[in-house]
Amino acid sequence: MDIETLRSLVTVAAFAAFVGVLAWAYAPARRDRFERAARLPFEGEEP
Amino acid sequence: MNHREETYNYTVVRQFAIATVVWGVVGMAVGVLIAAQLLWPELNFGVPWLSYGRLRPLHTNAVIFAFGGSALFATSYYVVQRTCHARLFSDALAAFTFWGWQAVIVAAAVTLPLGYTQGKEYAELEWPIDLLIALVWVAYAIVFFGTIFKRKVPHIYVANWFFGAFILTVAILHIVNSAAIPATLWKSYSVYAGAQDAMVQWWYGHNAVGFFLTAGFLGMMYYFVPKQAGRPVYSYPLSVVHFWALIFTYMWAGPHHLHYTALPDWAQSLGMIFSLMLLAPSWGGMINGIMTLSGAWHKLRTDPILKFLIVSLSFYGMSTFEGPMMSIKTVNALSHYTDWTIGHVHSGALGWVGLVSMGSLYFLIPRLYGRTEMASVRAINLHFWVATIGIVLYIAAMWIAGVMQGLMWRAVGADGTLTYSFVESVKATYPFYAIRLVGGLLYLAGILIMAWNVWKTVAGARPVEARIPAPAYA
Repeated sequence: MDIETLRSLVTVAAFAAFVGVLAWAYAPARRDRFERAARLPFEGEEP
Repeated sequence: MNHREETYNYTVVRQFAIATVVWGVVGMAVGVLIAAQLLWPELNFGVPWLSYGRLRPLHTNAVIFAFGGSALFATSYYVVQRTCHARLFSDALAAFTFWGWQAVIVAAAVTLPLGYTQGKEYAELEWPIDLLIALVWVAYAIVFFGTIFKRKVPHIYVANWFFGAFILTVAILHIVNSAAIPATLWKSYSVYAGAQDAMVQWWYGHNAVGFFLTAGFLGMMYYFVPKQAGRPVYSYPLSVVHFWALIFTYMWAGPHHLHYTALPDWAQSLGMIFSLMLLAPSWGGMINGIMTLSGAWHKLRTDPILKFLIVSLSFYGMSTFEGPMMSIKTVNALSHYTDWTIGHVHSGALGWVGLVSMGSLYFLIPRLYGRTEMASVRAINLHFWVATIGIVLYIAAMWIAGVMQGLMWRAVGADGTLTYSFVESVKATYPFYAIRLVGGLLYLAGILIMAWNVWKTVAGARPVEARIPAPAYA
């Protein structure tokens, strides 16, 4: 494969990975789970 | 289940927390001494061991690895236990990381003044010490990730992702960059040569900034800012995007340390582009931390620990704006090799790394000794103001000095000859070195106030062992 084609593919793949992370993190399916995760530091507090 | 498994291991956290303060005083005092040497060169007293060239790496190693490293060990061990609801994977290995790391620090403090060095910035220590670092670090990784594996909660909290990335990446960076062939017990040669050696060194060097001095301290931020503010982090999904974007981008930024050198042009441009992109994840993280206070801004007025944490994030935002700007080749042509770089590093080190560590320790230390707050809250406030004024004096002086040096070095007359000799730029910098010394003295005074406060808090207090909460779900 031509090195320029490879470079373009890697750039597009990296961007796709970023969009994938965005979609995964902000998906409504994960909202409850992340809200519980965000409260982890406050669980099991001693007086 | 035996009794030990019902409590957290706070012993190693206490050891590292106290070590952080001790090494902070030492490392910053050496910094003040070498700042004074730039004003009064006689302060090396004619002793080779006290010469600037040998003390400067001692200063950087002490503040980064002894002060910063101990703070990272203390907070990561505390946070991983409390957010996994599990005791550390191995008490013995954890104790080994403490005593091993202290041995590394002492070895550095002895060998660097004696002149033993590999000559690689932030990786000066000779190969026997490098081997010990590798051993300690592998033990650290086993303790940390072992604790994550035995966690009693389903989710791995975001702070642990940042701590984990920091531990894993530093292991790889250290082993690759320190690869050397020993000639004698205290002399070795890098296995890389020429431009490759330079590239490996700055791949290491900038990721030491990105993972040791950033990812690890972001782990601190994601635990201690929500705890002190009393509310969960502003956006958990943003923290996920922040994590992946930051670690992906940082890895490629190193070549900006080698602009206009023998490094191939394409590598320089790649380093510059990735450094520019770093602005986005850095600011995403900063906004996530600061906005955690949204709805509770009034707490900033009365809570000096929150002041430490939030102002540290402001300095983080400033230096992660300045860094990408300085990585642009044309800007770098002015800034590189000048004191602007020193100013930039210290706005990150004193402002971000220092303040976030101190704020976290002010939260942590009383809780390790069964108290709700430090012996003197007013002293925390005093420390905050003394340190902040010190930072502003330091970085403003270095900005002005740096831009001035850059302009003087590039100035040419109509006939193409240099307008200034080098020593003229040194003379012109002299007053700014004095201002920088004052800034450094104030910052040192701040950590001395902290040391006193920690002493008052700890002396006579009883170390506590906190119980692990019973699982709240089936």
